[in-house]
Amino acid sequence: MPRIIPILSAQTEAKRQDDGRAEEAGFDAARRRALKLMAAGLAMASGACTKLPAEPIQAYGGMPEHAPGDGARYMATAYVREGHAHGVLVATQDGRPIKVEGNPDHPSSLGATDIYAQASILELWDPDRSTSVMLRVPPTHTEEATESSPDKAVSSWADFEKAWSPWRASLSARQGRGLYIVTGPISSPTLRAQLASLLARMPQACWVGHDEAPTSAARAAGVMACGQAVQARWHLDRAQAVLCLDADPFHGGAGSVRHAMDWAAQRSAASPSSAGRPWLFAAETVPGLAGARADMRVALGAPEIEALLWRLADRLAPGLAQDHGPHTKEPRPSSLAQQAFEDTVFEGLRAAGPRALIISGESLSVQAQAMVHLIHHKLGCIGQTVDWIEPVLTQPPHTMADLAKDMRAGKVQALWLLDCNPVYATSASLNLKQAMAHVPFSVHLGLHEDESAQACAWHLPASHAYEQWSDARAFDGTVSIVQPAISPLYDTRSIHEVVALMTGDDTRHGHEIVRGFWRAHLKAQAKGQADFESTWRSALQQGFIADSASSPIATAGLAWAHTLARPAPLDTPPSQWLLQTVPDHAVRHGAFSNNGWLQELPRPFTSLTWGHALMLGPQSAKALKVGTGDVVRVRAVHGGEGVTCPVWVLPSHAEGTVTLSTGYGRWRAGAMGNGIGVNAHALRPLDGGVLSRVAIEKTGDQHAFAIRQVQMDDAGRHPARTMSPEEETRASRGGSQAPKPSLYPPQTDPVHAWAMTIDLDACIGCGACTVACQVENNIPTVGPQEVARGRSMHWIRVDNYDTPQGETLFQPVPCMHCENAPCEIVCPVGATMHDSEGLNAQVYNRCVGTRFCSNNCPYKVRRFNFLQYSDLTHESLKGMRNPDVTVRERGVMEKCTYCVQRISRARRHAEKTDEPVRDGDVVTACQAVCPTRAIVFGDLNDPESQVVRSRDSARHYVLLEELNTRPRTTYLARRTREPS
Amino acid sequence: MSDTASSPTPVASRDIGVIRAGWTYASMTDKIADVVLTRPPGRMWLAAFGFLTVAMLLFMAAMGYLFVKGVGIWGINIPVAWGFAIANCVWWIGIGHAGTFISAVLLLLRQRWRTAINRFAEAMTLFAAAMAGLFPVLHLGRPWFVYWLAPYPDTMTLWPQWRSPLVWDFFAISTYVTVSFLFWYMGLIPDLATLRDRARSRFQQIAYGLLSLGWRGEARHWARHQSAYWLLAGLATPLVVSVHSVVSLDFAIGNTPGYHSTIFPPYFVAGALFSGFAMVLSLSIPLRKFFGLQDFITAQHLDHAAKIMLVTCWIVTYGYASEIFMAFYSGDEFERAVVINRWTGPYAAVYWSMIVCNVVLPQMLWLRHCRRSTRVLFALSLIVNLGMWMERVLIVVSSLNRDYMPSAWRLYTPTWWDWAFLLGSLCTFLWLFLAFIRVLPAISISEMRELVNESAEARP
Repeated sequence: MPRIIPILSAQTEAKRQDDGRAEEAGFDAARRRALKLMAAGLAMASGACTKLPAEPIQAYGGMPEHAPGDGARYMATAYVREGHAHGVLVATQDGRPIKVEGNPDHPSSLGATDIYAQASILELWDPDRSTSVMLRVPPTHTEEATESSPDKAVSSWADFEKAWSPWRASLSARQGRGLYIVTGPISSPTLRAQLASLLARMPQACWVGHDEAPTSAARAAGVMACGQAVQARWHLDRAQAVLCLDADPFHGGAGSVRHAMDWAAQRSAASPSSAGRPWLFAAETVPGLAGARADMRVALGAPEIEALLWRLADRLAPGLAQDHGPHTKEPRPSSLAQQAFEDTVFEGLRAAGPRALIISGESLSVQAQAMVHLIHHKLGCIGQTVDWIEPVLTQPPHTMADLAKDMRAGKVQALWLLDCNPVYATSASLNLKQAMAHVPFSVHLGLHEDESAQACAWHLPASHAYEQWSDARAFDGTVSIVQPAISPLYDTRSIHEVVALMTGDDTRHGHEIVRGFWRAHLKAQAKGQADFESTWRSALQQGFIADSASSPIATAGLAWAHTLARPAPLDTPPSQWLLQTVPDHAVRHGAFSNNGWLQELPRPFTSLTWGHALMLGPQSAKALKVGTGDVVRVRAVHGGEGVTCPVWVLPSHAEGTVTLSTGYGRWRAGAMGNGIGVNAHALRPLDGGVLSRVAIEKTGDQHAFAIRQVQMDDAGRHPARTMSPEEETRASRGGSQAPKPSLYPPQTDPVHAWAMTIDLDACIGCGACTVACQVENNIPTVGPQEVARGRSMHWIRVDNYDTPQGETLFQPVPCMHCENAPCEIVCPVGATMHDSEGLNAQVYNRCVGTRFCSNNCPYKVRRFNFLQYSDLTHESLKGMRNPDVTVRERGVMEKCTYCVQRISRARRHAEKTDEPVRDGDVVTACQAVCPTRAIVFGDLNDPESQVVRSRDSARHYVLLEELNTRPRTTYLARRTREPS
Repeated sequence: MSDTASSPTPVASRDIGVIRAGWTYASMTDKIADVVLTRPPGRMWLAAFGFLTVAMLLFMAAMGYLFVKGVGIWGINIPVAWGFAIANCVWWIGIGHAGTFISAVLLLLRQRWRTAINRFAEAMTLFAAAMAGLFPVLHLGRPWFVYWLAPYPDTMTLWPQWRSPLVWDFFAISTYVTVSFLFWYMGLIPDLATLRDRARSRFQQIAYGLLSLGWRGEARHWARHQSAYWLLAGLATPLVVSVHSVVSLDFAIGNTPGYHSTIFPPYFVAGALFSGFAMVLSLSIPLRKFFGLQDFITAQHLDHAAKIMLVTCWIVTYGYASEIFMAFYSGDEFERAVVINRWTGPYAAVYWSMIVCNVVLPQMLWLRHCRRSTRVLFALSLIVNLGMWMERVLIVVSSLNRDYMPSAWRLYTPTWWDWAFLLGSLCTFLWLFLAFIRVLPAISISEMRELVNESAEARP
């Protein structure tokens, strides 16, 4: 502000002198004052929404000196998703969080992140976020109430507290009877303590857990196996043979980034010969990322996977499984291929012994999950490939089914839905919405005024993870203090502040609540005796409390089960189908339904965006006489109205079982997520499981999907290559041959010559690079219609090729930055040209939009703004943009720039410090986010750089080398066990 | 009548095939000028002109919408970033070629049959080139910056990027339009003077007077006019070859399989003449019928045009065959894939229709009675124009929709707006043509007078 006014005043002064005597002094003074006020107003308006929090926050301490660069400031905090902390660094520019990086020191991240943490920036700036307290108003008679019509009026926190106070008093008097609090999955020690103290004061109050994932089965399995609820913490880097049973350790879960990283690290360290390479096996219903990278994979329905486990148990740990007569006898494998799979898995696991690892998924029965624990115990894996820790998530004492029952019985006086959306995400059989109509006082806290907010009388706007003080634990128990990177954009409060309001605590501010808890807690642990302040400060700087990971449970004194009873196998009558609900790859259980970045992220295996489909195998499709795009009606046998949704026939899907992802069919998600797809939660059984029997019938309608990649077959061109161990040893070092002759002068970059290699052996196809690039480079979303027309804007796409063997190959494709760039010679205005460091640069303000460059690009990596795609209307989205990257207008071509703004930042830093740019100083957004470190970027002029070394690999190859474009982006082939 | 050539009776034509007998200077001038000056517009003309005016205005409105919304209203995408707009441009510019060929090349070759058809063929060239010139501007993402393609002294000392064929195109097309216009106008000057002298209304007298640039028919005027006219013909002749060659380089320079082919320049020029002569027939057959000009535009004219179509048809066919041969002979898997894609892929129906329109049906022109039948010729000319348009679309679209990376393969489906711009340009072209025949002599009066004289002097 002080800078703006003098400048404007100086201009006014100059102007006055120019105008000379013609202007009257009085008028001029008024004008200057008006300008001053305008400038001050401008500064205040622009400053007001980008204020740093008032409380002392700590910038990330471990960041190498150059990295924060100009203006960017990194805050180490945690992104909390489904209760678990994901260690992140939030990059803020001018006080605005604009990008998320992984926290290199945090165990769940080690510097990488998943798609959700990347997309959390849009979650923060989402224009559809709820901004104020809302109170239901009686519907007027003139208006017809609809599902999506607003029924609430703006209220205030003061009014809410006024309304709540008498309730608090009367509920306290009754020891809390009638008070029901629903939370989603939580790991926050502070919140746990807050709720514990509440329950201590009001013992009759009920704390209900709403978890979209059936985590209770995992707990029960621990109790069944060893008398104690345990959580497995897998070490994929130590395992010699991993078997995934309907589980995807690489995606979606709390530790998925770390799992993928551990797997890739071990795989890259292994010798190319197949003998010593660790095995990854997968038996799964719907293809997952781990399954796509498995050495062997079978597609089986949940009952067959369960049967497979029991047969393996009989061979690996004889005597543990107990039969209940002939009907529970496990059937034989249905095919020779499956038998071969089982034999190999058995051999692999047996050979691995203590270095075996079995990862079980949600669809397995409690007994089966317990059996996995026992097998681990029997093989001696515990302490090797698996650590058992106390469950990180807190298990509330009551379930949603209890709540629904009590609501119907009229026992519920006051209902608090804290940061969860059970009205959308529960089985239709609970009919929660109707039951809630009986509750006298209902309140919802959330980021959005969602379906549950609609069902409650009150809605309270919640602060985003980057706006609040909180804490959470990672997949291994490591505690992070969540510190705000920005003060709340709107009049919102955190869950801790709302609980304090509920209980009427004196400490109302999140900072004091969280800090107070930790001061007391560390004191009690005698850890903080030394100096709480320094512990606190270092936790904030580091992003987590040092050495706070849960210590493994000793297995010695546990009450081990001697045998486990096999459950009766799930049988499905011929007229029915088994439906498995799975979280959507991108929008999960619905938490990200309104996130355009995730909606538009092409899903692996289908490249589907903006929607979902009922997935089934080709045989099942034949039986139902349906094909991809046919609409069917699915009705749960246990009741409910059923849904109509389109079918997608996926060759790698199991037969006999169908899957439908959750996260769709929302009616109050916001402008992005409303009205897409159907609600799969509604089909789930009452107990919150994922398997239900359904009837499916064809409706005769057709649905058009918005898909990114139409052609999944590589037409025999092998753009994504594979290499067997023999080929790899035979190939000369440095896979690329001498450059072909060219008519063009050779590209010489005297200072730096930037290049990238992408290791297809590491890539798991998660799509994090695509989202990270989108955040970093202000890439707009285009919506389903435009995706369907072939106008996705992603600068780095992940291609997906199905091999004839039924495997899926992933290949991230950014701009190749060709030395002989075909795009450059055809641009009539020179809007795309080489810079002095080998980048193929795109000059947006010179581009007239002939699109000739795209036609001439053999890799088709250029993206065109066919329409005005960048959202210029929503104010909050302006705050989200990276100020170092131009926002492109319609009619302009764009493409991957190798994150030229990051290169400039490193160069500026080098110039300031008089030090050269070293290898690793420039990290592109896609490289930074990659959980498996598949992307390497660096300088070809530096012979020691990582990129030069990776180009020396025998697996190195150039995409479409025969065209002699001499790309700077090159690939390393994926390794296979057998000759391809 | 003709055996008394030395008598004082006015010179009258004899039937030499390209003009029928019995026309004198005066009667011929009356006949041609009548269309412009005296003849009331017929009901058919008014109806057609009214309809086309509405269509043209809609085309303008569509352009306005395009400028506001962006080219995303069309069906183009990545990989098919060029669609109908570029195909239309290439098609229109090809159509223009016949006019230049007739007026310049046939003039230099002293072909008498050019005389009756050169004027409207040149007008056709101009209007087609105008339509062709529109599309490259319309198709730009930011059309308001089209002037960046021109070398002008800009403050940032930026120049066009000379290696881009689009820049060559810019010059080729603008040169072509300029020369075509000058040539056309040069030929019009004596006729404009005739109209000035015959006009009755004050407005017409002034308008034609101004446009005729003071032409008085002096011998000096004629001498200079003739030398300028012939010089311009000499200038225009290489353009017949060069313009479409340059346009073809837009594709041939590209590395896209299906674009990257050295046969493109001759193949495009032949295709241009093929479609251009088809358009000459499409326009001249109704023209001579509605205005009773059968004595000037005779069956022989049509027959000659048909023969040129047959020749160019075979050059185009050779081009098709050569593309196929080269794809397989080169062993390049991408080229081969493009050819197979054209035969059997999603656009196969267009490909085979194109073969029928451009290769199979024109073989009827071997038969003399087909070449002399206006109905057959008119139908064939429309078919060839359709076929050539499909060829342009195929080259643009079916090469792009499946190029190197299978993951990027995608279909192009034209939207309603794509069709609207094609039809809009067609209607605007016809609107211009209908206006032209009512405002300017569709047949060159002065050159027809020469022809009357020549025919009278010719040996029977």
